[in-house]
Amino acid sequence: MMRIRSKVAHWALNIFAGLGLLYLFTPIFFIVAFSFNKPKGNFNIAWQEFTLDNWMHPFAEESLTRALRVSLEIAAVSTLISTVLGSLIAIALSRYKFRGSSGINLFLVLPLTTPEIVLGSSLATLFLGQNFIEFGFTTIVIAHIMFQVSFVALTVRARIRGFDWTLEQAAQDLGASPMRTFTKVTLPLILPGILAASLLAFALSIDDFIITFFNSGNVVSFPLQIYGAARVRIPPQINVLASMILFLSVAVLLSGTIAGMRKEAAKTSAAKPKRRILNKSA
Amino acid sequence: MGELANPKNVIELDHISKTYGDFVAVHDANFSIATGEFFAMLGPSGCGKTTTLKMIAGFEQPTTGRVMLDGVDVSSVPPYKRNVNTVFQQYALFPHMTVFDNVAFGPRSKKIDEKKIKTSVMEMLEIVRLSEFAARKPTQLSGGQQQRVALARALVNYPSALLLDEPLAALDLKLREAMQIELKRIQREVGISFIFVTHDQGEALTMSDRIAVMSQGHVEQIGTPEEIYRTPSSLFVAGFIGSANLLPGTVESRDGDDVVVALRVGATVRAATKGAVFSVGDKVSVMLRPERIKPAATVEVQGRGIEGLLTDLVFQGATARLIVRLDDGTEMTCLADSSATMPQIAPGKRIAMTWDSDCGFVLAGWPDKAGATTTDIDHIESTL
Repeated sequence: MMRIRSKVAHWALNIFAGLGLLYLFTPIFFIVAFSFNKPKGNFNIAWQEFTLDNWMHPFAEESLTRALRVSLEIAAVSTLISTVLGSLIAIALSRYKFRGSSGINLFLVLPLTTPEIVLGSSLATLFLGQNFIEFGFTTIVIAHIMFQVSFVALTVRARIRGFDWTLEQAAQDLGASPMRTFTKVTLPLILPGILAASLLAFALSIDDFIITFFNSGNVVSFPLQIYGAARVRIPPQINVLASMILFLSVAVLLSGTIAGMRKEAAKTSAAKPKRRILNKSA
Repeated sequence: MGELANPKNVIELDHISKTYGDFVAVHDANFSIATGEFFAMLGPSGCGKTTTLKMIAGFEQPTTGRVMLDGVDVSSVPPYKRNVNTVFQQYALFPHMTVFDNVAFGPRSKKIDEKKIKTSVMEMLEIVRLSEFAARKPTQLSGGQQQRVALARALVNYPSALLLDEPLAALDLKLREAMQIELKRIQREVGISFIFVTHDQGEALTMSDRIAVMSQGHVEQIGTPEEIYRTPSSLFVAGFIGSANLLPGTVESRDGDDVVVALRVGATVRAATKGAVFSVGDKVSVMLRPERIKPAATVEVQGRGIEGLLTDLVFQGATARLIVRLDDGTEMTCLADSSATMPQIAPGKRIAMTWDSDCGFVLAGWPDKAGATTTDIDHIESTL
């Protein structure tokens, strides 16, 4: 009896999990599938016939391509700045205990928990009240940096928790200036965490709609372009570009995972039985 | 202390103190370390020995006083500009660099010619016997090997002094004993002063030329291992270094350098003072090292010893450890030649304990608990 029951439970769990995954992946599947569709009319929403045309001419829609380029530029600039700022915050928070560090923790979480509509509209109000910056590329970048910094700082901090800070002391002890200590010891060791955080920040920037919408002025980013165009037409190039972004991020994710697994395997195979774990962050 | 004290001293600590708020980590440490000396700072955890080491390395600044390195005041010089190097307790090897790059880190920081670096790094790896491991990463080495990489990495800079923070604490016992000998050999080979922090008194006795015993931020005594073992300056030192029987009593009379002490257990014994002045009636303790006590089956002490009930006898090979309960309940330990002792003496019998007149040593004050202290006797045996 028990065995049958546990078998049933086992299958039920698997089916349930499968349905959950199906729910998550169906939309993504449709996006990719419809990039191979040859639509009739302006809307790529009903399956007609298979074609590779869209993939042969992914940049045929000029306004869409332009929007993608704008989005990539915004993401590049904002990610660069937010990665530097966020990483420095994370290092300061985990390296030193100082007055107000718990307050900074709260401020870091706020942009994550505040509704985007609030962030976007209040930023827009702020920009409206001044005469220095016009709405456009700069305001979008500033807005993105604002929420990216939080994500970067929290991600990097999580990754460098348990970092052995006596390594910095050791470097200084061996005659390395604070600058050399950072570039030769600290940075190389925490770089994987920083890279992961910057990828996340990049993706968030490409993806953002609401905050960008409030602060964009005349500049049109990729999500804004799709939103605006959707009322008139949905060309299959949207699916192609979206699929490209999807495949690219999956590839980055996979290569990161594989590199991590290889490193782990090399460590365990080369280590001797009496090896002691010196540094978990390594 | 003058500006130019003894030129043979590598390090001079000029009345340094370190306080954190109300907490006094180090109080008025004032001593020097000579060139080529193997110097140990010994004490229980929290005694201030590591803080003192950090002040020498530059990771902490003294609240008052000066740290002199090669005759120059370095109190406010940052660690990377001081010519001392540290072997950290957990070694702190750079996990992303090979053994070679770890060792070459110091010379490269000084922008020395890469060819010269290669020679000196390989030379140092030779000294610590790790030449064939140059291309490995630290995680691929055993604990003892990592330890030696840490040593090589510090020594390759030819520092004025090498600071070692409990370097053997992370190793298991067998490896620790091997590394003690290894450290001594390397120190002789390079001729650099080693300043060694440890809480293991056996380690300090085995390896050091001189020991500073510290307790609660104070330096209790500085001297050679033998001085500290034979003539401790306080009850704390007597109990912390080796094993000691501490018998409370009062001074009855003085006789040259010796005093006659009426012990609380009833006997009256002579003991040496080593220059300290005591008055009649002072509360003192007589320290007896376990290996200096001669047990005998006959109960005839006549003012030269004490008697008690043998409660336990542990055979330890060459020696036997005897636990004796005195009439007032105080437990004493003595170590005796097992072949000479065993046949005549058995637990449950009353025995006499005598000693040569120069073996008893007088210390001021009474111990918290009379009788034997609990430090590891076996370790002392193996080291003396």
